[in-house]
Amino acid sequence: MSTDTLAGGARAGSFDLDRPWQLHPQVSVRPERFGALLYHFGTRRLSFLKSPALLTVVKTLGDAPSAREACRRAGLAQAELPAYATALQTLASSQMIRPREDA
Amino acid sequence: MTQASTTLPLVEQFQYGLDAPICLTWELTYACNLSCVHCLSSSGRRDPRELTTAECRAVIDELERMQVFYVNIGGGEPTVRPDFWDLVDYATAHRVGVKFSTNGIKITPERAESLAASDYVDVQISLDGATAEVNDKIRGPGSYATALRAMGNLAQAGFTGFKISVVVTRQNAGQLDDFMAIAERFGAQLRLTRLRPSGRGADVWDELHPTASQQRQLYDWLVARGEQVLTGDSFFHLAGYGDPLPGLNLCGAGRVVCLIDPVGDVYACPFAIHENFLAGNVRGPGGFAAVWRDSELFAGLRRPQTGGACQSCSAYDSCRGGCMAAKFFTGLPLDGPDPECVKGHGERALAAVGGAPVPRPFGNHSHRSRPVPVTIGRRPAGPGPVRHRPDRACDENPLAGFRP
Amino acid sequence: MSERAATVDVIEAPVFESTVEEPELAEAELLVEEVSIDGMCGVY
Repeated sequence: MSTDTLAGGARAGSFDLDRPWQLHPQVSVRPERFGALLYHFGTRRLSFLKSPALLTVVKTLGDAPSAREACRRAGLAQAELPAYATALQTLASSQMIRPREDA
Repeated sequence: MTQASTTLPLVEQFQYGLDAPICLTWELTYACNLSCVHCLSSSGRRDPRELTTAECRAVIDELERMQVFYVNIGGGEPTVRPDFWDLVDYATAHRVGVKFSTNGIKITPERAESLAASDYVDVQISLDGATAEVNDKIRGPGSYATALRAMGNLAQAGFTGFKISVVVTRQNAGQLDDFMAIAERFGAQLRLTRLRPSGRGADVWDELHPTASQQRQLYDWLVARGEQVLTGDSFFHLAGYGDPLPGLNLCGAGRVVCLIDPVGDVYACPFAIHENFLAGNVRGPGGFAAVWRDSELFAGLRRPQTGGACQSCSAYDSCRGGCMAAKFFTGLPLDGPDPECVKGHGERALAAVGGAPVPRPFGNHSHRSRPVPVTIGRRPAGPGPVRHRPDRACDENPLAGFRP
Repeated sequence: MSERAATVDVIEAPVFESTVEEPELAEAELLVEEVSIDGMCGVY
């Protein structure tokens, strides 16, 4: 696992904020008061997103050119990126989100 | 504009309830080919009021609208319903994942092939002994063979990762490694769950619940295996020993889970089948959704729970006072210790209850003329239903001969 | 806990000297928690 600092100083394991991502097609998203529940029908894992902003990021990942851009559009400040990158890395590790291959 | 939301621990996020369950147990029928001594739903005989196929589909439609992620279909033995396989297909076609809990009676090689090819269907085989000798004392003669045959058929069909679910008892607590070996042999995942004094379990709980020493060994064994062994979060009361086991570690009843029973009654959880925990019925005007969202019972469960007598205990933050159903059916107050409290407070509380009568549900679908598999049978003192009293075999009324 | 930037200017974020992972993120501040769907009590 790379621990290098990423562009912009968002250090969070090896999550690449600068590439396009998407929600895994087998994931069901259920908004909640505290954020959201994500259930992966393939892995049968459940993720609790404890931030409404994180839900926004996750829902807009597929339409944004990069995860960083999705974060920006969700109104996140630069200094919040490390925490959100960590969160996104967790979701990537459990296959809730996956890299998007753009044409 | 954005602020970090309060990132409360999950326990605090959920204790106020959700707009829909995350998952739930749905008992499709009270009919069963077995008469397990500890059956939490006192199953055996079908109830004449059970939901029709159309009513079941309507429930599934609701679960889909509510985005319930998955349903554990049980019973009784759910596969004895003629429409069972259609309902499973209907659920998965409507974005509701299914795990069904079975004694294996209908898992033929052909059925196993079909299941192996199904997405979003998981199978759970019940087993309560790593040997026929131990298992059949609980589940009846031949039940071990039936279960193993089903497991073999699933493995043969390439269905890996099905669940083998064990209720831990005094009699099988020494067989944990053997259960693990059986799971490995069939490419299955082992699941250990807690014996509760629910249904027929009330009659055998004194004899069958693990000793304090076995409970400690079980905890250590589970901690060593982490996520490799499932528990359905049923041992959250053991968190008082130290590190919590994997899972939410809280009572989900009425908050994240509930039970729908064969006649459409909605209970807080499958271990709490009793009028005190009855929230409503899916046949009501607003269906299941209205019961989940509006019932008085669930509103009460979703209010912050005080620890009561447990408040001052150092373990309370971990164990949250244990299992509501375990307390209720052993006659303990809900705002006091769990009967199997790791600090021993439960034992003392039970001694105070003594031989006083314990709460019993009104309904009982046990087979009437079936011989009981074991001679475990010291009934709790006090009035209560006389179980297994032979009545007319053709009596349709599940309450025949019943005296509350 | 990290402070939020008051403006939208890109600010040179601090370079972390420490080699341990994310020292400032305590348990309760994790934005994502995961559990198995089997991790809910009340499902047998």
